[in-house]
This record gives sequence, structure tokens and C-alpha cells, in this order.
Amino acid sequence: MKHSISFTINGEKVHLEVEPHKTLLNMIREDLNLTGAKEGCGAGECGSCTVIVDGKAVNSCMMLAVEADGKEIITVEGLAKNGVLDALQESFINNAALQCGYCTPGMLMSAKALLMRNPKPSEEEIKEAIAGNLCRCTGYKVIVDAIKEAAEKNN
Amino acid sequence: MYKYVGKDVKRVDGLDKVTGYTKYVDDIKMPGMLYAKIKKSPYAHAKIRKIDTSKAEALEGVKAVITGADVPNRVGLYLEDKTFLATDKVRFIGEPVAAVAAVTPEIAEQAVELIEVEYEELPSVFTAMDAIKPDAPLVHENLGEYYHGPIFFPKPGTNISNHYKIRKGDVEKGFAEADYIMENEFYVPHIQHAPIENHSVIALTEPSGKVTVWSACQSPYAVRKALSVAFNLPLHKVRVISPAVGGGFGGKAGTTLEGITIPLSQKCVGKPVKLTFTREEDMICSFVRQGCLARIKTGVKKDGRIVAEENTFYWEGGAYTEYGVNISRAGGYASTGPYDIPNVKADSYCVYTNQPVGGPYRGFGMSEIHFAIEQNLDMVATQMGMDPVEFRKINAIKEGGHTVTGQQLYNVGITKCIEAVEKDIEWGKKSEPSGPNKVRGKGIACMYKAPSMPNNVASSAVIKINEDGTANLLVTAMDIGQGSNTVLAQIAAEELTIPVEKISVVTGDTDITPYEWQTVASRITYCAGNAVKKAAQDAKEQMLKLASIALGLPAEYLEFKDEHVVSKIYPDRKISIASLALGLEMPDGSGVHGPIIGRGSFIPPNVRNTDKETGQGDKPVAFWTFGAQAVEIEIDTETGQIEVIKVAAAYDVGKAINPQLCKAQIEGGIVQGIGSALLEQQIMDKGRVLNPNFVDYKIPAVSDAPEMIVRIVEVPEETGPYGARGVGEPAMVPTAPAIANAVYDALGIRINSLPLSAEKVLKAIKDSQK
Ligand code: FES
Ligand code: FES
Repeated sequence: MKHSISFTINGEKVHLEVEPHKTLLNMIREDLNLTGAKEGCGAGECGSCTVIVDGKAVNSCMMLAVEADGKEIITVEGLAKNGVLDALQESFINNAALQCGYCTPGMLMSAKALLMRNPKPSEEEIKEAIAGNLCRCTGYKVIVDAIKEAAEKNN
Repeated sequence: MYKYVGKDVKRVDGLDKVTGYTKYVDDIKMPGMLYAKIKKSPYAHAKIRKIDTSKAEALEGVKAVITGADVPNRVGLYLEDKTFLATDKVRFIGEPVAAVAAVTPEIAEQAVELIEVEYEELPSVFTAMDAIKPDAPLVHENLGEYYHGPIFFPKPGTNISNHYKIRKGDVEKGFAEADYIMENEFYVPHIQHAPIENHSVIALTEPSGKVTVWSACQSPYAVRKALSVAFNLPLHKVRVISPAVGGGFGGKAGTTLEGITIPLSQKCVGKPVKLTFTREEDMICSFVRQGCLARIKTGVKKDGRIVAEENTFYWEGGAYTEYGVNISRAGGYASTGPYDIPNVKADSYCVYTNQPVGGPYRGFGMSEIHFAIEQNLDMVATQMGMDPVEFRKINAIKEGGHTVTGQQLYNVGITKCIEAVEKDIEWGKKSEPSGPNKVRGKGIACMYKAPSMPNNVASSAVIKINEDGTANLLVTAMDIGQGSNTVLAQIAAEELTIPVEKISVVTGDTDITPYEWQTVASRITYCAGNAVKKAAQDAKEQMLKLASIALGLPAEYLEFKDEHVVSKIYPDRKISIASLALGLEMPDGSGVHGPIIGRGSFIPPNVRNTDKETGQGDKPVAFWTFGAQAVEIEIDTETGQIEVIKVAAAYDVGKAINPQLCKAQIEGGIVQGIGSALLEQQIMDKGRVLNPNFVDYKIPAVSDAPEMIVRIVEVPEETGPYGARGVGEPAMVPTAPAIANAVYDALGIRINSLPLSAEKVLKAIKDSQK
């Protein structure tokens, strides 16, 4: 039996029928064709599927699609506004804070959720916010630098 | 003096990646797509008696089922020892034995469950030392019949698939002259590449029989070749597209899932078949870094000169060593590390075991052997009462010095690297621990590495000049995160004087982009970089001829400047690249030449075979990259936990085409090195992987990243583009031995195996107190 749900994603209202066992990640990728969020483990261990739900960074592989009912979701595709990049996206490019780019959408969304609730985070708070986001390429330092730089711009 | 080379040009793939626009294979959806799943072996070693697929085939929604009988051809890059699905027997737990394509992944999964396989279990071997015993069960009885490259030496009738030898000078005499001799054994376990993107492939068979695969792969052309052998297809009927690679580290260098998806797609012509591994499958069924047991014996004179070294490496190659044989070869020809040692005997054995398949892993062979070499060096230095930094400076290869194969080297930057890290880590200065029960230590390790590739591997590039003065650069060098698209665009820009943003880089499609052997071995900036440079020069030569006609000046009086061909003497006499792009329009309205297309081909010059018996040769590799790392660590003596506080790294990259991206490579390598040093090990029980997930197999997270000081040394490599050498892999090689040496500095305890987990360190502390 499918459930009928309504939610907002990247500012757009969506109405969908979803299977009860479908994950939010699968719904976003398969039903909405928003493939920015990635599946790295499907078990809440890597953060590559991170999206923002009602202001909080969540592992979308660990949340059921039906739970999205009534919620407001932001994915990496919703970060840039009218072709203007978010400060985080700019600073990730400037700091070479991405290599293969596979962790990048998740990393950006964890960072975005942090800056939404705390525009002036300390280095410790930044590290805490991305503690669940694995990156095999960069060594993390440049990612922390990029988030710091974006936070400075915010202020 | 350069305008684009040596500059921190921002990544050309940055925008697509930060917007989530980049499409990796698993992001691609096609109409009518089918989904595949594999049936895996539960046994480490067993005969396949019978496979019954009838129930799976009868399930609604199942479109194709295949077994080993459908893919009987043996393939392999260096040694043709594998089939894509097990045929006569299985050789490791997790080996694919059958596969299904169905309309949904769920149905495919159910169908896999319905496949019945009857096995007859066989005795297995799980360590290299067991596998080389004369009575060991053979993993490959037919090794003698397998086709292999001429630079490999399998021993039929044993589990040894390659034996690489070095015999240099007189090692007996060397040890007889030595005042100190140090001999130890070290072990490096199997680890995972763990890119965040799991393996994924889509295959489509057209009615003509032509096969296209979209594969997250580092080496489209090498993969195309293997697939053509496997499926008896001519090369023009195999098209390999690599849309984007979400981290490779070697794990996506050879064939992966293409060999399973293709035969499925051949049974459902016109329908694309996708197979994406789960994280668990990725950790069990794909390449791993093989384990290595190393015995190192070093003989030193009182004055600190190493006069003899005898090293033996046993590589636990796993069930198939089609790629692993080359890792053992690399371990052999680099077997002493970056030191000039007159008398050397080395033996490097690649050994079959009933374990996951060993394959190339960032810096293959080098991380493993340097873990052993660099510790043994410190141990003998300690015995002699000599400072480890001093000891390395004495023995490091100097200008005109010799490698272990007898190759004479010039433009060697290793001493500069040692000096840089010595300064940056404040060698010799003790810093205060952060609390009680904490101790600090410093350690250093050096490294060298050459691209581990056959002598004559080729690269090529095509540059098309467009009529508005922009350009398309076509290469099959893959940007797997290292930044090659940006660096190659910078090289093209430098030569053509066209800005980077006016060059678009097209990669990874064997029907469109020109030949590249493989994106491995830290060879792309060097090899593909040279090809791009030549392609740009070719385009320039064509344009020069036309400009010479147009301007009425001899070509030698013309030069390229800011998107124009300009007179060296009268700078106002010039013609734009744009107006030459399609050929030259003559005053009478006729045209000459036609479109400008630059072609560049490159093979590393004069790389030759070594002698089979002695391993000696004057140029067995294209170039050597040298580097050093020094670390400061703090150990909690109550928990055994090691914290890496600071890492100083220095590499002689010849010329950093893009210093920012070069440093980024080194930082990423350091942290991956820390993972292998402290956290990572594929835990196995009789061939069964016990930790195939990120909870039990931890890779470094942000909290594991230390302070990093990265220094770039630039002693130009004569044959490199602008002097450049590769550095992607060298970045992780010295990290683990430097940490192990720091553990000794802090505790006075030697730990001879990786990882240096808290548990192991704590046990070592307790044992030392007994
Ligand atoms: S895919 Fe969701 S945490 Fe890894
Ligand atoms: S950039 Fe590759 S995993 Fe982070």
C-alpha cells in the first residue's frame, strides 16, 4: 500500500505516493531525480546522503520517505539561488575542498545546516557538524577551512 | 614566467561538483533499465559441482541469469588468471558465481536467493607463508598455462605467481664488511580502498552486438581491451565511458563489474543493465590492498653508510593476482627505499591465497615495503646511537647516485625533502604532553616511488581549436579527484596562450577521446601532461604556418601571445587564434588548410627491461618521486590511543603545475596514510571478512586529521612537462612508518605490524612493563 505525502523540497511543493519502506534518499533520487545526495553506505555511516529536513542535517538513507510528510527539505540542488552560488559552494571551490566530489553534497548540507543554526561556529563546532561525513580524498583540513571562510563571509 | 602553469587555478570541475550536478554512474537512469545482483560464494575454496538457475529464471520480472559458463574466457591485465564469474571452482568467500538482471533490484535480489549451487569444499590457504609450503593446496593448478606479460615470472605447480629478484653487488661481502647488522620481520595487513562511491556499471548491448558500458573506472582503454578479450569482441565494438569517478585509489583501475553486466545485457539486447555494489559487497568482492610480510636485513658501517641489504617480501595476493603480480614487481625494483646501497639481494614473491583479490592501491607496494624498510633503518640507527635524520641524510641517494637496479639518478631532491621536514617538525625538540599519562614522540620516514607500469605505455591528446578562439581538449586521463582536468587544461592554456576558462576538457569515452593507458601510478600529470603539451605544440605549428602566410613574415619571427600569433619584432602585426581555427581565408576568398586539430602522443622515453636474474637495468622506470614525512604524536598510556598532532611533509614534485591541488593531494594522502597506520585492517577469519562496513572498518573522520605542513620541493625532472613528476600516491607512503618510528621515540617500544591500534599499543605497553 502506498502512502500519500506532501512536502516542500528546495522551495517547491511536492505531492507523492510512496511505498512504506522507501527511504527518503531513494525517493529523492528515484522519484524526484535529484541525484546530488549519494548512497555511500545505506546505513547511516558515511553522511554522503545528507540533506536538510526542517533545518536539521539528516542521513536520508536512514529516514523513511513517509516521514517527510509536511516537512521542508533542502538538497544540494537547492543551495544555489537563481544561479548564484551559496557562500559555502564558493568557498569549497576556492579552498579546493573537494576532489572526487562524491562526499561534497553531503558535506555541504551538513555545513549548511550548521550555519543556518549557528552563523558563527567555532572550529570545534565545525568539526562536530561534519563528524559523520566521511571524505576519502581531501584529508578534511581544506573542508574545515572552507566552512570557516563561508561563515566569515556570512557575517 | 609562466602564465597558467604553477598557478592556483580553481578546479574546472568544481562548479558541477558543488551543485550536485556531476553525474556518477549510479546517478544515471535510462529508459527500460534493468538491475543486476550477484550470487556470491560462501566458501573460500570449493569445486562447483552444479548450479541450478531454473527457479530464478522462472521468477516474474527476471530477464536474464548467467553463470560462469556464459563468461568462460580468462582475462587479466598482467596475468590472465581470472574469469568474471567463477567457472570450475571458487577461490574466495564472496567470489561471484552467478548473476541476475531483473526489472527491479528487489526482484533481482530474490532471484539470486533462488539460485542453487552445489559445492565440494577444498582445503584452503590464508597466509603467504602457508601458501608457499610445498604441500600447500594449489589455488591455481593451471598457472603454467596462463598467459602473462614477459616481465613476470610465475612458478607453475606452486602458489607463487611472480618472483622478482634483485642481485646487486655482493651481498655476502657487504654483510661481512658491516659493523652493525639489523634483521627484522614486519607485517602489513589487507586494507580497503574505501572510496565513498561504491562500484557501479551500466552495460548496454546494441542489436549490432556493439557493447557500451558506463563505468566508474580509472582506465577506460585498459578495461576496453580486457573486455574485448573476455567477450571475443573487436575493439571497435566495445565502448567504455567513464562519466565520473567518485574516488578510485586504484580500486577502479582494472575491470570491475563490466564483466558481469555485459553478458547479462547480451541476453537482453537494447536494455541497459545496471549493477551497483552495496558497501558490504564493495568491501568483500572488489580489490583490496594485499597483505605483505617483509623480512629486512640491513648492514651498516660505523660511519653510518649502509653497505648491504637483504630483503624478502611475501605478498598475500588473494584468489587472483592478475594485477597483484605487478605490485610484487614494484616492491622488488624499489626494495631498499630511497637509499644508495651497493650490495643488495631482494626477493619479492606474489602468492595466491584464498582471500579477497589484491589489487592496486594508492602507491602500491611502496607503503608496504617502506613500513618495513624505514623502521628497520631507525632500529639500526638506534643501535648505533645515531640520529635517524642524520642516518637518512648519509644514505639518501645523491646526485649521480644509484638505485637498487643500478640506475644512475640526477636531479634528486630527497635531501632537500629531509631537511624541510626536519625543520618543520622541529626535530630534536621535545614538546610537552597535554596531560598526565600522555607521552609524546617524533618520527621520520622517507620514500621513493616510480610509476609502476610497463615500459612502453602510451598517452595521447587531441586539441580542437574552435572558431571563436576557444578549445576542446580530449583526453582519456580520468579526473578521479586528483585534479587532472584542471592541470591538463593549464598545460594546454600555457602552450596555446588561451585562458583556462576557454578550454573545455572532455574525458573518458573510448569512442571519442584518444588513447590513454591507465589513470594510475601517479603518471597522469607526467604522461598525459606531456601528450597535451605536444598536442598544443602541434596545433601551434599548424597555426604558425598559416599566420606566416597571413602576416607575410617567416614563422621563426612569430610567437604566441594572449590568444594571438604575434610578430616578435613588430608586436602590432598579429592575427588571432580564432581567425586561424578553421584554416586561413586568402585575399581572393579561397581558403587553405582547414580546421586546426592538434595531436600529441607520448611514451616515456627509453624505459627498458631489467635483467631477469639480477633485476639490474639502467632505466627500468620513467622517473622517481622522492619525499619525506616527519610526525609528532601523543600517546595516551592508559588507553594506548595514538593522536597524530602534526605532520610535516615534503615532496620533490619537479614542478607543481597547480600548487593548491598538489598540496591537496598530499594532505589527502597523509590522512589516508594515518588511516592505514592507526585504524584500518580487513579483519578476516579463514577468508571471511568480518568488518565489511564503516562501523567496524573505520576510515579517518575529521577528528583524525592532524595539523599538516606541506612543502613542495621543485628539482625539475628532465622528461616531465615543465619538469613535473607525479605525487598523488607518494603522499601516503611514509606516514605509517613515520608514526611507528614516533611510537618508539615516545615509548621505546617497537610495533612491527599495522595498524597501530589502541589495543595493540596498550598491549605492547603492558608487555614492556612485565
Ligand atoms: S548513505 Fe546514508 S549515511 Fe551513508
Ligand atoms: S572529495 Fe572524494 S570523498 Fe570527499
